[in-house]
Amino acid sequence: MKPVIEVHNMVKKFGDFVANDNLTFSVNQGEIFGFLGANGAGKTTAMKILCGLSKPSSGVIKVAGFDVYKQTEQIKRNIGYMSQRFSLYNDLTVRENFRFYGGIYGLSGRQIKDQTDKLLSRLGIIQSADKVLRDIPLGWKQKLAFSVAVMHKPTIVFLDEPTGGVDPVTRRQFWELIYESANEGITVFVTTHYMDEAEYCERVSIMVDGRIEALDSPDQLKKTYKSASMNEVFLKLARAPKVVI
Amino acid sequence: MHEIAVDIKNIRKSYSGTRVLNNISLQIFQGELFGFIGPDGAGKTSLFHILTSLLLPDNGSAVVAGYDTVKDYAQIRRIVGYMPGKFSLYQDLTVEENLKFFAGIFKTTIHENYALYKDIYGQIEPFRKRKAGQLSGGMKQKLALSCALVHKPQLLFLDEPTTGVDAVSRTEFWEMLKKLRDQGITIIVSTPYMDEAALCDRVALMDRGQLMAVDAPANIIRAFGQPLFAVKSDKMFPLPQALAVIEQTKTVYRSGEFVHYLNNQADFDPARIEDQLLKLGHAGITIRRIEPTIEDCFMLLMQNPLEVETN
Repeated sequence: MKPVIEVHNMVKKFGDFVANDNLTFSVNQGEIFGFLGANGAGKTTAMKILCGLSKPSSGVIKVAGFDVYKQTEQIKRNIGYMSQRFSLYNDLTVRENFRFYGGIYGLSGRQIKDQTDKLLSRLGIIQSADKVLRDIPLGWKQKLAFSVAVMHKPTIVFLDEPTGGVDPVTRRQFWELIYESANEGITVFVTTHYMDEAEYCERVSIMVDGRIEALDSPDQLKKTYKSASMNEVFLKLARAPKVVI
Repeated sequence: MHEIAVDIKNIRKSYSGTRVLNNISLQIFQGELFGFIGPDGAGKTSLFHILTSLLLPDNGSAVVAGYDTVKDYAQIRRIVGYMPGKFSLYQDLTVEENLKFFAGIFKTTIHENYALYKDIYGQIEPFRKRKAGQLSGGMKQKLALSCALVHKPQLLFLDEPTTGVDAVSRTEFWEMLKKLRDQGITIIVSTPYMDEAALCDRVALMDRGQLMAVDAPANIIRAFGQPLFAVKSDKMFPLPQALAVIEQTKTVYRSGEFVHYLNNQADFDPARIEDQLLKLGHAGITIRRIEPTIEDCFMLLMQNPLEVETN
């Protein structure tokens, strides 16, 4: 298996505050990697660095084979990003949203059309392609946002709490999309507060106070921490965090 | 004991032709910890706005602590505490200034009801000179809750207080709510996290403006009324498809480390699950009959349950 994210001794400081304290891990091609941690543990900081939006204080980090210090533009071209908050444009149609993002990622008109048709057919909503996004039900928007994030066939897609507030049926349909993409070789790097979703990942890391406290498959983590569920593992590791002053 | 704190009758609300609340009727009792459970778009926030007199219903009525939400809006605003889903304190005021501001509005002081929120405010009190905009998420939440309690409300409305909050902080927040409930405050909370339903005395399951069930969590689980199986094997990715083709399959879906399986036949024999999986070369198979969770109940009650994939 080929690693597509390689992180060695990553440190990120803001003044005296150490947000990422010597992180070392790698993620393989086609893997579904869960990136968990309490609020304020340092997840967002690390994700920003991996997406080429922020520079680390020190460490050797490669994403899709590119260096996070010097090759951030190449990184951005080879990743997809989706979050619960930053999503699609409500006043554009579904197809226009695809065209806009496809254009940003430098796809040709032909490629945009092919990918739009393929992804919309896969979702089964090709008939709604010319509807304004505002009129699309909420659950569908999340699935569309995911499809847009992978339309340029990125090496890695970063998903930041992609299923927050989504109904339980749509949440599962969303994970089917994740599985399909991973099956096609796209690496999925995902954060979530739903602990049942941690079980859907091949490996999970849990950050506590800027450090990676545990990293393993869900099964192995449950064995190591003698827990019945990932929720229990998480509570054992992340409970009673230090007060940040 | 069962005095009615909130009486909702036939509430309807539409925004430009889209119905967000469809004929909602229910009662909440005094001293209850009551949860509205549902995803985005269920109508939870609109209902909270109606109950706190911030929005007029198109139809129906609601009585909160004996006051009509339309006629007696001024009284209602005096006796309820409301913590909106979006952080809505003054970011450029300090922690202490925010609390004083709310105390002033309600014509009370920080000290008068301090005992009620001491445990919560105490945790952020060391930062009382810090601007609210510079607090961490967890601290903002505690300040907002303190401000909602400063006038010792009879009822406390909390709109999605735990959304986007990690599992540890969520557990702590619910512990705070239980303590407030034990002090006699009626607490009405909304959440998209189904697992939080179990922490409420009673819940309303909501989806797309509809009330699907109102009851104690244990009763909702009892009403599920059909055998549910949790299945696991060495090949989890194709497992749902493998089970979907079993005759009379109702639904198959992933749930944590298992796949949950429901069959239409009341006398369904789970040995058929094993047969099917062995035939397809699965190993390490576990099949257990399990008690449904609130999430399983919610999915069963939803109008368009997960379609069984049979490709």
